[in-house]
Amino acid sequence: MKKILENQTLRKFLRNKKAVFGVIVVALLVLAVLLIPLFMDLDPYTTDRTAGFNARPSSSHILGTDDVGRDLLARLLYGGRVSLFVGITSTIISVLIGIPLGLIAGYFRGKAESVIMRVADAFMSFPSMVLILVLVAVFGPSILTVTVVIGILGWTAIAKLIYGNVLSIREQEYIQAARAIGMKTGPILLTEVLPNAIPPVWANISFRVAGAILTESSLSFLGMGVQTPQASWGNIIYAAQNLLVLTARPWVWIPPGLCIILVVVGFNFIGEGVRDALDPKTK
Amino acid sequence: MFKYVIKRLLYAIPVFLGITFVIYLLINLAPGGPLAILASSGEMSQADLEAMRITLGLDKPIVVRYFLWLADLFHGDLGVSYRTSQDVAMMISQRILPSLTLTGVGILGSIIIGVPLGIISAYKPNSIWDQISTFISFIGASVPSFFLSLLMIYVLAVKLKLFPTSGMYSSGGGEDILDILHHLALPAFACGIQTIGNYIKQTKSSVLEVLNEEYIKTARSKGLTNTVIVLKHAFRNALIPIVTTISLSIPFLIGGAVVVEQIFAWPGLGSLMIISITSRDYPVIMGVAVLICAVVLIANLILDLIYAALDPRIEFK
Repeated sequence: MKKILENQTLRKFLRNKKAVFGVIVVALLVLAVLLIPLFMDLDPYTTDRTAGFNARPSSSHILGTDDVGRDLLARLLYGGRVSLFVGITSTIISVLIGIPLGLIAGYFRGKAESVIMRVADAFMSFPSMVLILVLVAVFGPSILTVTVVIGILGWTAIAKLIYGNVLSIREQEYIQAARAIGMKTGPILLTEVLPNAIPPVWANISFRVAGAILTESSLSFLGMGVQTPQASWGNIIYAAQNLLVLTARPWVWIPPGLCIILVVVGFNFIGEGVRDALDPKTK
Repeated sequence: MFKYVIKRLLYAIPVFLGITFVIYLLINLAPGGPLAILASSGEMSQADLEAMRITLGLDKPIVVRYFLWLADLFHGDLGVSYRTSQDVAMMISQRILPSLTLTGVGILGSIIIGVPLGIISAYKPNSIWDQISTFISFIGASVPSFFLSLLMIYVLAVKLKLFPTSGMYSSGGGEDILDILHHLALPAFACGIQTIGNYIKQTKSSVLEVLNEEYIKTARSKGLTNTVIVLKHAFRNALIPIVTTISLSIPFLIGGAVVVEQIFAWPGLGSLMIISITSRDYPVIMGVAVLICAVVLIANLILDLIYAALDPRIEFK
């Protein structure tokens, strides 16, 4: 029964053109940043003295070089690895915090519920960008700080969704039955409640990855995220804050911008596809 | 009504205290405080530093210091900037108006454009307006605001010379309102487009939902014209979820404005925050964060009141 259900969801997802497009775009980008550096001799960190600084695109440097003579294609690909890593890892952190908190608030209700949900409300009413900037100011900008901070501040939406799902699940008859046959709370939560509460969250996880990549790139663009010599899509665009780079060398900042847009669109389409596929009201 | 306001205020106070305390704690735990800066200059002896520590009040426990800071806050004293030695309250107050102008115009613009587009798309699905709406929402949701800003500067300001590239006034131009609006157009657009998609989507779906209600059928059967039905009956009832969406988007908009201000060198709180972070100017960072917290809470309070005024089912309790 479960198998058939999953296949139906999968079939619905695969019939959704936007969702399939999203999967293809994300898969292509991931494969590109992971595989191309293996086959091409690319070095994102050292200055190429023969090409010089700010070289135009040429056969030896397809996207030219940056202001210290590093190959921009290499930085784009290695930067992609960093941006995707930050986006996915921080989402995993958000999920690992959000799921238990949502579960506790929804299942046990009472004090835990009001404390957790009030804190979530407070987090949601405050601009997370400002809080992230304060945290980065305190801990110093780095890949680690950015990943952890985005991850920790992203728990609210996931906790709220899980909470909402658990609220209705806990009233279901199979939960009462599990309690009646003397099942302990821990196993009930893990084997009965959680598996039923998680599926609707998958869509949100995909949106979170897109949002985290956007936040990381904004921070790195401001110089508050990933720091050189490490590359990320956002910090390559940082150079375009200089009007000369912006106007005279568009090949520096347009490719990473397009990569961000593609990956964000990809994850958003996947998220929408998952949401629609899981929604029994759509065909 | 009065009771309701008080109740909402009472809810806002612990949130304000909680957020400011967390930020205060973080900033005070940070390395590179004023003492570290003084010590690294090498001009002060250990005894001088100890005396300085007491003068600055850094020997007291953190909770005490937080409440002292809070007491100062209510006297309008936010301390002195490490970077410029100016009064923080004064530095911030100069930046409030530009920031409010930018976010205010951004949010009003996206409401004025987004809500009607949402109504039209609900009323005439698959029309040209519906397609325009889908396109705008798509851009807003997937193009990062900093990249959009750069593209606009590149194309509209540098290539076509339609708008200035940055700042709030032309040099030597004085405070001419038209000049400010001219400078405001691109950054306000960059701020507003991020939220406009949500307004369009929410308006569309809530108008669609209301259009299926019984009282709309009643209005139709009374022979009212479509325009009257949509504007007078459907829209008013659809407003409630729209107001919720607006209130949820405010923190997002303020966060986005930080980035946009930085790109357009807009003299607001966001760009002040960025300079202060780069130079570890903690009193200013703290001051800006507190002000933003207060603004967000006040905005939410106002929206709560609008919400209650719109929906007769919400009682002012």
